[in-house]
Amino acid sequence: MAIEVRIPTILRSYTGGAKVVEGAGDTLGELLTDLDSRHGGLKGRLVTEAGALHRFVNVYVNDEDVRFLGALDAKLNDGDSITILPAVAGGAFGFAAAAAIGSHKLSTVVESGHPVPDVAR
Amino acid sequence: MLSIDRSIVDAIVAHARRDHPDEACGVVAGPAGSDTPTRHIPLENAARSTTFYLIDSMEHLRVWREMDDRDEEPVVIYHSHTATEAYPSRTDISLAGEPGAHYLLVSTREPDTEEIRSFRIVDGVVTEEPVRIVDAAVDPHAVQSYKFGQSPTAVDYECSGA
Repeated sequence: MAIEVRIPTILRSYTGGAKVVEGAGDTLGELLTDLDSRHGGLKGRLVTEAGALHRFVNVYVNDEDVRFLGALDAKLNDGDSITILPAVAGGAFGFAAAAAIGSHKLSTVVESGHPVPDVAR
Repeated sequence: MLSIDRSIVDAIVAHARRDHPDEACGVVAGPAGSDTPTRHIPLENAARSTTFYLIDSMEHLRVWREMDDRDEEPVVIYHSHTATEAYPSRTDISLAGEPGAHYLLVSTREPDTEEIRSFRIVDGVVTEEPVRIVDAAVDPHAVQSYKFGQSPTAVDYECSGA
């Protein structure tokens, strides 16, 4: 089953520049795993090591925010359209809060700290 | 370098002053690939905070989809710092998600003067760039500034003379 996924500019390095890719899965989590098998590293930018959706990434199923649909457990159907947008957020903020956000930050590049497994190259 | 019309800068500063001491945020859309900001879209800071801004996810989707439909992109993403300088914080850098955008910061910490600076933020690297404020490069009546939800045919030209 084909589900269309719109990729934001900042993540197109994982899709060879493609704005739209297709994937399959019964849930958002399964879809992201499927996409990651062809676009290695993509899932790591959207899902934390603890297995939750990053706080500062917005993912929509058709016109709905997946946070209201069960997040990674959101059920998907053939023909659904997924849109991924990095949250528009920031601010002067305090140190403690900035440090807390640091662990969720979207702009951490996978390649920067950890060796990329061969399968992801 | 960011070239931006004075009427748009004035509207951004007015928005920042209006929301002070909370941070204000918004975008200026422009035709895709033009690097020219033409349509000011003030957004609501859903965090309503003096030190943080966040655009509500549903408003985000609506505005970004509208830009897509009009063949536009977010040329400028702006926000205000209300007690500190107009320089990207670590939070700003961590969360910058539009590598093609000019990140415009306005500081409203001084009551009478504004500090306005522009940056590129790509892969965690901040590069400041000059801001060229252009007078009457466009017909002021062609510069649209309206809240989302108003149609372009029913525009309040709140930016001119703001």
